[in-house]
Amino acid sequence: MDRKIRVLIAKPGLDGHDRGAKVIARALRDAGMEVIYTGLRQTPEMVAEAALQEDVDVVGLSILSGAHMTLVPRVVDLLKQKGLDDVLVFVGGIIPDEDVAPLKALGVRGIFGPGANTTEVARFIVEQVGSA
Amino acid sequence: MRQARRSPRELVDGALAGDRRALARLISLLEGDSQAAAECRVHLHPRAGRAAIVGVTGAPGTGKSTLVNELAKAFRRRGRTVGVIAVDPTSPFSGGAILGDRIRMRDLSGDDGVFIRSMATRGSLGGLARATADAACALDAAGFDVILIETVGAGQSEVDIARTADTVLVVEAPGLGDEVQAIKAGILEIADVLVVNKADREGAENTFRALQAMLDLGTAPRAARHHGRVIEVPDSSPADDQASGWPPIEAVGGWRPPIVKTVAIEGKGTDELVAAIDRHQAHLEASGEGAARRRQRAETELETILRETLLQRLRQQVGRVGLDGVVDRVASREIDPYTAARTLIDG
Repeated sequence: MDRKIRVLIAKPGLDGHDRGAKVIARALRDAGMEVIYTGLRQTPEMVAEAALQEDVDVVGLSILSGAHMTLVPRVVDLLKQKGLDDVLVFVGGIIPDEDVAPLKALGVRGIFGPGANTTEVARFIVEQVGSA
Repeated sequence: MRQARRSPRELVDGALAGDRRALARLISLLEGDSQAAAECRVHLHPRAGRAAIVGVTGAPGTGKSTLVNELAKAFRRRGRTVGVIAVDPTSPFSGGAILGDRIRMRDLSGDDGVFIRSMATRGSLGGLARATADAACALDAAGFDVILIETVGAGQSEVDIARTADTVLVVEAPGLGDEVQAIKAGILEIADVLVVNKADREGAENTFRALQAMLDLGTAPRAARHHGRVIEVPDSSPADDQASGWPPIEAVGGWRPPIVKTVAIEGKGTDELVAAIDRHQAHLEASGEGAARRRQRAETELETILRETLLQRLRQQVGRVGLDGVVDRVASREIDPYTAARTLIDG
């Protein structure tokens, strides 16, 4: 049997808006993935530990608070420390254009803003995880 | 994509030595149906068997995840390490799943004495995933003292947990059904401990009383089935003089499921619940029931594997074309399926 793609959808930081995260979680479920949703207000440590325990292929971070330049590097760093360098990281939320390049430099492979097409996100994951 | 693949043996050794990453990988491997998974089981089986395996089941929304969170905290306070397996359903349409039990288990984050794994049912209908028992075995072998298995939100017949756990908690909450629900066959019959969660809500007392009445009614006279085995009930059990004439459940295997009230969200009643679980575990050992259940479990497991292996072997022998031919004859009503099966087996 094919290994199912397992995705952690996490909301690090303090903003309380999880609609986007839930929409993505549901879209990925409908694309046949197993989505672990951890709820609001996760610390980067919680996200990285959940990614490890759940043995996910992908971590999706939803951040609308503007704190992405603090939170994302921390999550990426902790994932590396735990030996999860091969996990695909993507970010969703409100990310200003000027932050895109620095986030990509950190190893974030996908960035999806408001209005992103959910099918596009699912296709992105399948392509990245399937081909890497 | 998965670089640095480790051999099954290395994963098992790593998991047993406390490498959490190896343990997580190992569980994924066990979820797949591969030769590597079979090899892992060879190494895991002799090393498991020490943990107390506790199942938590009940209807959706009764508070299972919250209760598991509180139970795990209570066990940790007693210095016992805890593995959690939380099962949620796979969508029959897309094959995907949303596994959301961790939402209620955030308190357990950051504690190395806890390991939580979410699992999707992947088509299994009994309330667990096919690999749940294997994952429990891995956590057991990795040294966790208590393993809490949370089933999917279960109704009346998702009773696989009784074949996997030593102690089964059935969680009820007020306002979910009338008294008749409580005496229907199924989930209540597998309870070793009954939990009335959300006990601060209106109707909790009614739920409690309905469960108590159900226990007082007892089961079928003279012989009772518990975990699939028929147990002889002595003719003159002490409390046999009730109007019904039916022996109370107390008489069955010497254990009457206690009913524990909890308000999981406030952590109320969890100490009592842990005490009830410990009492049940002690009872299992003292009465020999534990050994009997383990044997029963081994038998069921072996039968399932035999069935699958024999079917596979037969498929190989007959071949796709041969099988298709017989299927066609059954479909066109030329022969009946029983005769077809016999023909295939006898060659």
